Amino acid sequence: MREGRALSPGQAALLALVLAYLGLILLLPLGAMALRALEAGPAMLLAIFSDEAAMEGLGLTLVLALIALAANGLFGVGAGLVLVRHRFLGRKLLDALVDLPLAVSPVMTGLAFLLVFGRGGWLEPWLEVAGLKVSFAFPGLVLATLFVTFPFTLREVAYVLIELGTDEEEAAVTLGASPWQTFRQVTFPNLRFGLGYGLVLTLARALGEFGAVLVVGGAISGQTQTATTFIYNALEERQEAAAYGMALILAVASVLFLLALEWIKRQRGKEK
Amino acid sequence: MPAVSDALKPERGGLAVRVGVLAYIGILVLLPLAALARHGLGAGFDVLAQTLATPAATHALWLTLWSAGAMALVNAGMGTATAWALVRYRFPGRAFLSTLVDLPFAIPTLVTGVMLVILYGPRGLLGDWLAGSGAKIAFAPPGILLALLFVTLPFVVRAVEPVLLEQDPAEEEAARTLGAGPWTLFRRVLLPPLLPAILSGAVRSFARALGEFGSIVVVSGNIPYKTLTAPIYIFGEIEAGDPQAAAAVSLVLLALAVALTYAGRALEKWAGVRDA
Repeated sequence: MREGRALSPGQAALLALVLAYLGLILLLPLGAMALRALEAGPAMLLAIFSDEAAMEGLGLTLVLALIALAANGLFGVGAGLVLVRHRFLGRKLLDALVDLPLAVSPVMTGLAFLLVFGRGGWLEPWLEVAGLKVSFAFPGLVLATLFVTFPFTLREVAYVLIELGTDEEEAAVTLGASPWQTFRQVTFPNLRFGLGYGLVLTLARALGEFGAVLVVGGAISGQTQTATTFIYNALEERQEAAAYGMALILAVASVLFLLALEWIKRQRGKEK
Repeated sequence: MPAVSDALKPERGGLAVRVGVLAYIGILVLLPLAALARHGLGAGFDVLAQTLATPAATHALWLTLWSAGAMALVNAGMGTATAWALVRYRFPGRAFLSTLVDLPFAIPTLVTGVMLVILYGPRGLLGDWLAGSGAKIAFAPPGILLALLFVTLPFVVRAVEPVLLEQDPAEEEAARTLGAGPWTLFRRVLLPPLLPAILSGAVRSFARALGEFGSIVVVSGNIPYKTLTAPIYIFGEIEAGDPQAAAAVSLVLLALAVALTYAGRALEKWAGVRDA
């Protein structure tokens, strides 16, 4: 660390380059949106909050995000434990699969679910018997959201578990703790910041997911239109004020998530 | 990974959790991806090759590959420089920038696209000025590149940062004392330990960029043979009711995703071994 030492000309040049780059790539677009929002004033937000279709979309997105939080909270811990602590045939394959949803295009995710649950899909005959509609309906949106958010909590939990090792847990078992007691009183408290970090990422991704819910849900207003697909439809219909208003709401939410992530990182640092 | 002692061998509760996890992943991830692969190959290799050889599909794939490649190169360089500045230098606003770097992970990619349109679009803040200068960013390849650079910005920075934090300044000092110039110092001392991390970040950003949809669909204008990328081609074919063509191009991207995920993991392990 060069605390307090002045930068050499070469270092100053590199810093200037980095600042210019971050300014061009990140700050300029952010600033443009902030400026547009200031120009329009509170009217833009008032208009969006009194738009029924917009609020229905936002509500649907919030419900999907809550489901993703609950499912990934449970699943992240369970799958993290299985992946790190269990030894079984196919664990390596599972380990490799975990990162895949991060590299698959959301559009392909949507298509994949259509091919399983949609018209002519693999499971269509069974779904028909059960009277269940998945594609272009709420269950399809849930599946798409769960797919795209699936790695976040799992990755964070697995990472913490590997770092943690098994010493504390073994001590607890030796002292006579049951598996459930060991998990609740020893393992889980160590996981909470990692899990929290993963959950914020899950929330951000669930609120912002677009391609997969567009393809699988069809963005039908009042039925499967989410916050992001509302923006897309508004842009297609040249209703830019509505599109920008909703985009602003999501942008503000993501800044809050960013602050939450930073806060968790600090708390984690303190604990170490 | 630590060995598991007998005391922690899964009992019945643990087995139930394992079965639940495997079922969840099987239904949620494996089944849909298997359907995608099966459908892409469904009509045989000849049909697959024919579909991929259509000019529209070839062009979309090529545009996606080169724009993602260009983005990964810029990221490798600027991501490393950003991580370097954030770790090594002390300057006002450093904490703010360090937080800001993660923004692309928190912001919806569609909103990124909207921001870029507000900035560079025909009625955007810079629209008039750009129209006057003849430069075209929105609805042109530079817009695609800017969108990709925005959404993938954290990858290389966050991969390189931990390695830089653990680097021993003694090596650098020693090389300097022995008379190494800045270039030699960078090439022989500083770069080699960073290389696996830079590569893993670049590979991950490349994989992410191949599938990018939300930001590009808004900013690129989706002009066939000009700015239509592979994910948007797939979307168009689904909308047009041709899932066969969509699945064929998806299969190519899926194969790349699997290979790149594997490569990214291997590189991460390599980077991890080095800083351990």
